[in-house]
Amino acid sequence: MKKLIELYWAFFRIGGLTFGGGMAMLPMLKQEVVKKYGWSTEEELLDIYAIGQCTPGIIAINTATYIGYQQKGILGGIFGTLGMLSPSIIIITLIATILKSFIDLPVVLHALAGIRIAVCALMLQTVYSLAKAGVKNFLGLFIFLAGFLLATFTPVPTILLVVLAAVIGIVTSARKGDA
Amino acid sequence: MIYLTLLCEFFKIGLFAVGGGMATVPFLMELAERYPWFTPAELANMIAISESTPGPIGINMATYAGYNAAGFPGSLCATFGLVAPALIIIVIIAKFMSDFSENKYVKGAFTGIRPMIAALIGYAVWQIAVITFADTSGEKIVFRFDAILICTALLILFQWKPTKKMHPIVWIAVGAVVGILFKL
Repeated sequence: MKKLIELYWAFFRIGGLTFGGGMAMLPMLKQEVVKKYGWSTEEELLDIYAIGQCTPGIIAINTATYIGYQQKGILGGIFGTLGMLSPSIIIITLIATILKSFIDLPVVLHALAGIRIAVCALMLQTVYSLAKAGVKNFLGLFIFLAGFLLATFTPVPTILLVVLAAVIGIVTSARKGDA
Repeated sequence: MIYLTLLCEFFKIGLFAVGGGMATVPFLMELAERYPWFTPAELANMIAISESTPGPIGINMATYAGYNAAGFPGSLCATFGLVAPALIIIVIIAKFMSDFSENKYVKGAFTGIRPMIAALIGYAVWQIAVITFADTSGEKIVFRFDAILICTALLILFQWKPTKKMHPIVWIAVGAVVGILFKL
């Protein structure tokens, strides 16, 4: 029980003190998980990150689940995950409640209109860096362009597009393996 | 029953949004189109707030979206729905597949999934861009050149060395200040 609470509290601190999501969390994870508690080594942490990037879900959560599971089985996985979730739930609920009562003020509306432009620019930058890292050949470029057009201008469900892309990837790379 | 719907919808997102928090945005945009829970403009606010608060961005957005849809219980349903698939998958991987990320089928699948996730986030940007850069409320579509100009300036600053590495929170704050100063 003591270990479970320790897991919960460690990931609570990591979740509550890092801004900017999974990648920004890595230094803090190193500090707590590797140096302070010795739950995993640095190489192992990078391996978990590699797995987190190719499994569904949020990387930070996957890391908490994996380390928790290694330490204390399924219960450990659950406690680590809950620890990582708790600060988000508390903070976001507070902000959402507060914002609800201020949303009609002109100054808030102007600020949000400006923020929306910044979000657009930030996300365009994300698309650019993801495409740069992910599009390696003509097939990749085709998937990127076709995926964008299908998602934006047709009612094809997003989930179907992800599954299709995975199948195309498996089939084409298996062919290359035979040649 | 809205709680069950939230749980199921976010379970699906958790199962198919591969590669971190931003990958959930296109799925949330799809929810905005299918349910009256939040509008694309509100989703843009959620993204900004989720990037500027501690914690994983994907979780923050799910909590926010669930809260908007059905209050505090809604935020719990959305968040737990989102993490449940990963919890199951990671436990299986931790138990049986130590070399999961080196598996050739997994690697193959990702040559297709990576460009697709980039494309899907492109779709989400498109939806937000339409409401940010054009006013479609009247009969004619009016382009908002002030917004386009500010966005271009930000994109240039993102590539410029001295400001390249700045945290998204800084840019969101800049957006807020510009919005208030120019009464956007």
